[in-house]
Amino acid sequence: MIQQIIFALVSIGAIAYAIKQFSSIRRNIMLGQDVEIAGDTGQRIQNTLLIAFGQKKMFKRIIPAILHLFVYVAFLFTQIELIEIFVDGIFGVHRFFAPYLGSLYTFIISFIEILSLGAFVATIAFLARRNLLKLPRFHKNEMTGWPQLDGNLILYFEIILLIGIFSMNGADVVLQSLGSEYYPQTGNFAVSSWLGPALFGGLEESTLIGIERFGWWLHILMVFVFLNYLPSSKHLHILLAFPNTYFAKLTPPGEMENMPTIMNEVKSMMDPNAAMDDVPMDEELPEFGAKDVFDLGWTDVLAAYTCTECGRCTDVCPANITGKKLSPRKIMMDIRDRATEIGQNLDSGDLKWVKEELRAEATTLTKENYDDGKSLFDYITREEIHACTTCNACVEACPILIRPLDPILKLRRYEILTESAGPGDWLPMFNSIENTGAVWQLPDARDKWRDEMLEES
Amino acid sequence: MADMAAEGKTPEVLFWVGCAGSFDARAQKVTKAFCKILNAAEVDFAILGKEEACTGDPARRAGNEFIFQMTALQNIEVLNMYNVKKIVATCPHCFNILKNEYPELGGKYEVQHHTEFLQGLINDGRIKLKEGGAFEGKKITYHDSCYIGRANGIYEAPRSVLQGLDNDLVEMKRAGSRGLCCGAGGAQMFKEDEPGDKRINTARTEDALETGASIVAANCPFCITMMQDGITAAEKSESVMVYDLAELIVNNNGF
Ligand code: SF4
Ligand code: SF4
Repeated sequence: MIQQIIFALVSIGAIAYAIKQFSSIRRNIMLGQDVEIAGDTGQRIQNTLLIAFGQKKMFKRIIPAILHLFVYVAFLFTQIELIEIFVDGIFGVHRFFAPYLGSLYTFIISFIEILSLGAFVATIAFLARRNLLKLPRFHKNEMTGWPQLDGNLILYFEIILLIGIFSMNGADVVLQSLGSEYYPQTGNFAVSSWLGPALFGGLEESTLIGIERFGWWLHILMVFVFLNYLPSSKHLHILLAFPNTYFAKLTPPGEMENMPTIMNEVKSMMDPNAAMDDVPMDEELPEFGAKDVFDLGWTDVLAAYTCTECGRCTDVCPANITGKKLSPRKIMMDIRDRATEIGQNLDSGDLKWVKEELRAEATTLTKENYDDGKSLFDYITREEIHACTTCNACVEACPILIRPLDPILKLRRYEILTESAGPGDWLPMFNSIENTGAVWQLPDARDKWRDEMLEES
Repeated sequence: MADMAAEGKTPEVLFWVGCAGSFDARAQKVTKAFCKILNAAEVDFAILGKEEACTGDPARRAGNEFIFQMTALQNIEVLNMYNVKKIVATCPHCFNILKNEYPELGGKYEVQHHTEFLQGLINDGRIKLKEGGAFEGKKITYHDSCYIGRANGIYEAPRSVLQGLDNDLVEMKRAGSRGLCCGAGGAQMFKEDEPGDKRINTARTEDALETGASIVAANCPFCITMMQDGITAAEKSESVMVYDLAELIVNNNGF
């Protein structure tokens, strides 16, 4: 009975706290602007199934893909077991489903055990890869501190979880063979039926029950820890990869988003019939491009929270490869960190974050009146965004359809259009296009080559 | 185009020459080579001549939407005035922006890069690649342009054209969808690099030289400039040549 009450309380606490954290993340994502979700829904569903569920893009590198698949599938299937853990925990029963499902039960648990064993091997391999192999993509500047710990922590969690599962099942198997009262026969589990006796054979019944309970609690507690750790971790991708692949743009990667406001303004400038008062002159100058999370699309922010920090993008970025500061992974991480910072300030409700000119009358802090004097440019330097060649290598490499190029271009637009800043080297090119219709200011006629050619023949 | 329109003729295709193809001495050679092929294949084509302006790609990628919209809308006005239906471009940046970005501004055309266009001419038998031409058995490597490859998913067409030249096509270690950029895109061509260990074209040239190929085939005026600069800097310009696909066909067939 005591166990049941403790279980219920712990579950409620853990789930409530997790809900709070997840709703903060949702709010942070929604700091971004509305985005029109264009294109074929069928294609989107297909993307979600193939890329998030089927992990298609992971299979460009086969070994990490298989290891990752084990951890992922084990994770998915362990959730089935969780249903039973909840039922058992609340009603104080043991292996509630076993008698109903019979041999199917044995099969399911065995399947989970085999997957877990695979996941265990994968986890050890990942730990070795992260810490011994020194793959450059795991040791860039942005991967120090929390991101580095985060990458390892999950692997430790996974190991603890597996210890839980196998001590629970292993002790159970031995208890069954002793004919212990509360441990009904469940058939042979694939791994525990030999691992259990090997580890725990010959122990006292009471010790075995202790081990079994320990394993059970360790398992469920680890699940709760994991649930609450997820929101501050890159492992959020386990959940967000699904919406992110669904909402990912379907346009060709070479297509840059149009800016209809500017298009219409230029159109009316070119149209001799357009009435001048179409363009209200007294209005505050509009801001173009993005300087902060509020100016990005919410899907960009979703992508930032989905980023797995795997660094596949940075690994292929020509700017990064040649030692420039730009790292597409860092761009995504910066957007996420900035969104989280804004979210925390909003949560504080402190009116000192209200825009100065509105502060006197403001009664609540909202995303509309928010201003902390900072922006994405406090995270991302100009040098980084200038170095991008728009080569789309990062977009191609990302296993979960993130396009780091999009926010980079939005930041560039802010710099050029709103601030009239940016690399001075670009000015002659802009002027030349505007004045002569060519990227270079040249004395020759555009079709001089043609006359030459006619002469030659 | 103006002359043709005056005579009431509509050409099969409009050749979009682009700024590099019009003004850059190296790229002009590609422009001329492509015209020779079009003539040899008896393609009825036109150019806009002085009525063509920059598509606005570098301005847009740099972030200057105003300049882009101005030049793009002007171009669209001209193209729509001539009722252009089909465009072929030798520059991947022009090709990409005409194909993917002009439609939203009101410029809807069927757009091809000359890589695909050449493949089409070969497949339709309008040009026949001479067997045992100048490149028989020579080692050639192909540099994927970002705006042809990743941006538009064209990997097969250039390789199929090259294979038609009877040569030994060798791939660089980073090729196809994983090909490394030459470093020119995103308006990088028009500014100095940010501080780093080396220039991007140096890294890409190393990839190309590693294959031991004596010819680097490309299909972008900016890639050609970047690769040529890299090869010159590596003091290999005697032994390794950079050519556009159109030039290779012209040399092979002696047009
Ligand atoms: S598009 Fe920009 S950020 Fe992405 S890989 Fe290329 S240079 Fe790097
Ligand atoms: S953006 Fe994609 S490729 Fe880059 S680190 Fe994040 S998940 Fe990996």
